[in-house]
Amino acid sequence: MAKMDRVAELLAEVQGSTTPSGFADRLVHVGRDAMNVTGVGLSLMSGAGPSAVVAATEGSAQLIEELQFSLGEGPCVDSVKSGRPVMHGDLALTATQLWPGFTAGALDAGVRAVFAFPLQVGAITLGALDFCRDAIGPLDDGDVQEAVALAAAATALLLHLQMGSQPGEVPVDLAGHLVDRAVVHQASGMIAVQIEADLADALTVLRARAFASGRPIVDVARDVVSRNLRFTRDDL
Amino acid sequence: MTSREVRIAQVFVQLADTMVGDFDVAELMLQLADACLELLEVDAAGLMLLDANGELRLVASAPDAMHDLEIFELQSDEGPSLDTIRTGRAVVNVDVVQATERWPRFTAQTLAAGLRSTHALPLRLRGDVIGAVNLFSKVEQRLSDGDIALGQALADVATIALLQQRASRDEWMLAEQLQVALNTRIVVEQAKGILAESSGLHPAETFHYLRTFARRTGQPLHSVAWQVIKGPLATRAVIPYESFPAES
Repeated sequence: MAKMDRVAELLAEVQGSTTPSGFADRLVHVGRDAMNVTGVGLSLMSGAGPSAVVAATEGSAQLIEELQFSLGEGPCVDSVKSGRPVMHGDLALTATQLWPGFTAGALDAGVRAVFAFPLQVGAITLGALDFCRDAIGPLDDGDVQEAVALAAAATALLLHLQMGSQPGEVPVDLAGHLVDRAVVHQASGMIAVQIEADLADALTVLRARAFASGRPIVDVARDVVSRNLRFTRDDL
Repeated sequence: MTSREVRIAQVFVQLADTMVGDFDVAELMLQLADACLELLEVDAAGLMLLDANGELRLVASAPDAMHDLEIFELQSDEGPSLDTIRTGRAVVNVDVVQATERWPRFTAQTLAAGLRSTHALPLRLRGDVIGAVNLFSKVEQRLSDGDIALGQALADVATIALLQQRASRDEWMLAEQLQVALNTRIVVEQAKGILAESSGLHPAETFHYLRTFARRTGQPLHSVAWQVIKGPLATRAVIPYESFPAES
């Protein structure tokens, strides 16, 4: 299995960039070079469908992302909907009926296989990481591990970008953005009710408070759960 | 058979009964944690899985209203569960008071939670270890060889369940299933927070109602949690109003 170390390594690697878009751009290129794929793309999704292409490697990946964005169908869309990886090692064979428009366009561009991994924090779905290749065949085990690590790193990045802080100004521990403690998720649920917004906004508000006060997010979350700290709509 | 043996047999039949069709893996894990409490006479039990990043993550715990989930969560760094996963061997009958040097943070948190003994059993899958069952007792407790074998049998049921949920055609399917099981846990925690804020209860206290609602309506736990998060399911439908704490 890919190790947490790998996620930290990936995040350290992309930290060198000073612009938010640079982070994501570096990440997709690292992914393309590390795996047996032709292209990597990162798209944001909302409930309504694909909402933005954050980054894509040159060539077929850009086309894949654009196709999904304009057609509203494809591996990224399905992966986000189901919360599961979507694997089509032979696109022509398995996806023609599933996504007629997308598959036709992708095949025209020389893409033969596509894979997508969701970027999720519980019920919060941020988007998906797409991989494409110009030859058929499954992702091997090592590539799956790398893809999972990339997805974890991309999730941390997106949470960071969502917070709207200035990466160039403050040294940011991106690995600290991988939140998986129960108390953080409980606090997010409570804050969502307090600020009358969704969980993604609630998590952003919680992270922003932790960031601004220089405290670990787990500590701030504990204050929320013990009802020593409340948020209001004004905090949004 | 003694009444305990009869009870053990009943629990295994009940577990086997749960594992049919498209069953709710989260609920099964909770039943396993409950079974550990009952059959091994421990005070707390947690099932943990290694996620795709090699981090140890809690997927189910008992009792339902447990507050100190931290004693499980911090074991990505140190503790009996990490040790059992590294070695593939059971770590049993540990008096936490004697373990300060071995696991300083774990020991401090565990004692603060009022727990004294701990045991960890590996979740084994074809030579790999994919997680651990971690047990705690408030008193100094020694499990007999029979108890340890029983605990391991329960751990094996958890592993089988993870594989059974969907036939594992490829390696990535297992990675995916683990990821989905872990994500389900997060969704449940988020729903607990929403229920807590709307009812005035502590998040830990809301879990009992969430689980009862899922059972009563025959729905998977994660699906009920989603409905709480996405809106259609009102807090009062899950938690009866008379269970709300009085306004302070």
